[in-house]
Amino acid sequence: MTDLTDIGIAGIRDGVRDGSFKAREVADAFIVKVSQAKALNAFLVETPEHAIAAATAADTAREAGETLKPLAGVPIGMKDLFCTKGVTTTAASHILEGFTPTYESTVSQNLWDAGAGMLGKLNMDQFAMGSSNETSAFGNVISPWKRNDGGNASLAPGGSSGGSSSAVAARLCPGATGTDTGGSIRQPAAFTGISGIKPTYGRCSRWGTIAFASSLDQAGPMARDVRDCAILLEAMAGFDAKDGTSLQLDVPKWEAGLSGNLNGLRVGIPKEYRVDGMPEEIESLWQQGIAWMKDAGATIVEVSLPHTKYALPAYYIIAPAEASSNLARYDGVRYGIRDLPTGAGLQDMYAATRADGFGPEVKRRIMIGTYVLSAGFYDAYYTQAQKVRTLIARDFERAWEMCDVLLTPTAPSAAFALGEKSADPIAMYLNDVFTVPSSLAGLPAMSVPGGLDKQGLPLGLQIIGKPLDEQGVLNAGLAIEQRAGFTARPEAWW
Amino acid sequence: MSVDTATVKRIASLARIAITDEDAARMAPELGNILGWIEMLGEVDTTGVEPMTAVIPNTLRLRDDVVNADPLTGGGIREQVLANAPAAEHGFFAVPKVIE
Repeated sequence: MTDLTDIGIAGIRDGVRDGSFKAREVADAFIVKVSQAKALNAFLVETPEHAIAAATAADTAREAGETLKPLAGVPIGMKDLFCTKGVTTTAASHILEGFTPTYESTVSQNLWDAGAGMLGKLNMDQFAMGSSNETSAFGNVISPWKRNDGGNASLAPGGSSGGSSSAVAARLCPGATGTDTGGSIRQPAAFTGISGIKPTYGRCSRWGTIAFASSLDQAGPMARDVRDCAILLEAMAGFDAKDGTSLQLDVPKWEAGLSGNLNGLRVGIPKEYRVDGMPEEIESLWQQGIAWMKDAGATIVEVSLPHTKYALPAYYIIAPAEASSNLARYDGVRYGIRDLPTGAGLQDMYAATRADGFGPEVKRRIMIGTYVLSAGFYDAYYTQAQKVRTLIARDFERAWEMCDVLLTPTAPSAAFALGEKSADPIAMYLNDVFTVPSSLAGLPAMSVPGGLDKQGLPLGLQIIGKPLDEQGVLNAGLAIEQRAGFTARPEAWW
Repeated sequence: MSVDTATVKRIASLARIAITDEDAARMAPELGNILGWIEMLGEVDTTGVEPMTAVIPNTLRLRDDVVNADPLTGGGIREQVLANAPAAEHGFFAVPKVIE
């Protein structure tokens, strides 16, 4: 019999629709997998009752002969950045411990309205700040992958959506939500051999999603293949009057529009993405990706994005600046924990609560943000970074005169071991070197698995598209997927 | 870029994060390194460049001038607003005494 945890979102949806199996069987199969995978620490909260209720609704609707919803019978994992009514939501931070939202985020509500069920809330880097999932207040997430060197090093699942990537790669859920501020969907997808897309800024509502850097934050799906990403994104996206930056546009039928035929497509190769010290295997995978694109009918053009090397430093001004403002709300008054030292006044209570509640990386970023926004430094740092952001966006606009999508590696390395980079913040930040520029420009971008390195670890290729051209990004991703034939999967040890 | 302990303590105070002398001393070189790295942006000629404020062109909308147009963002939900407060009394958020 088919293992229902192996067939992906499209397979589950279609099988439930045509009666090959019951939604309840699917939910039960995943609930068992989740309960057996504690060693990965991917889930912060398990919600089997939510998944079962959605499955029962799907089965009842089918028995009654009703038209099934787009995601009827599909159970998913929900990153803990999304507020879920009645289910603890902490952004993997101590300061929000015990917080139980009284409302539902728009993205999660859209998924429930489409018939999906929730298996649980997924671990992540605290407040989405990190690239390895080592900043969670509730322990590291472990990647299901191991190096093939016989060693037993625990590897990073990437971050910040590391619970999502680990859970999907280990087949604990067929798909999951992620959020991407500077690469937090794409880099973990690359590290774990799955696919993930960050749509154009404004496609997915930010309402009810715990804010990190509001001008950059975008939700998106993570799943095992391009089609499953398209299906999930269709359900997640859509105009929402409650988010002032939500785009008032219809959601395209991305799944129906999928095609791996790239005839006439111009694929740009940005020369500045050849960075010093990049492993030879990444370079050769990139060359392989170029060959796959040509094979799919595309033409290749070299393009220049001259301000690429300034993207990371600009990001590490803009994102912390916005974070320092957004995270001012955690004050021990309205939600989460309160630390009130004996005899302390209001100001001391704020300072004690925040000292106790935020982890070291969150504090570091709030402090950097506070510094670059402080009197006397604002123009030199923050305004300059915003000007550089304009130049980075302009680089992309010029590139679009010559090409339709860009092809790059997703990350400058395969997954590293936990602890390997955590001592040096800048080395950790450099992991986002290929993903941050498109975030700053608000562009749709996705990572698809391309192959394995010598150590048997997945490597990803990134496609960046024009504003609102998720279809072009998905199609180029599909062309790679069809040619890469990526079937490797981690052997279960957990 | 060098950041001294006094500066770290000043930033921490602005950010309302309590910090010990020991932690401030540890953070000073760390923040100095990061700030030194981002200073690379000073090399970029941005003469005549407008700072970006919105990444995708969009228009600001006005909601209908109706009370509780959307119940999710409307009023009349005091119990829900206070539900997660560490301390709530008499229908308000409670804080330590601020007036002597």
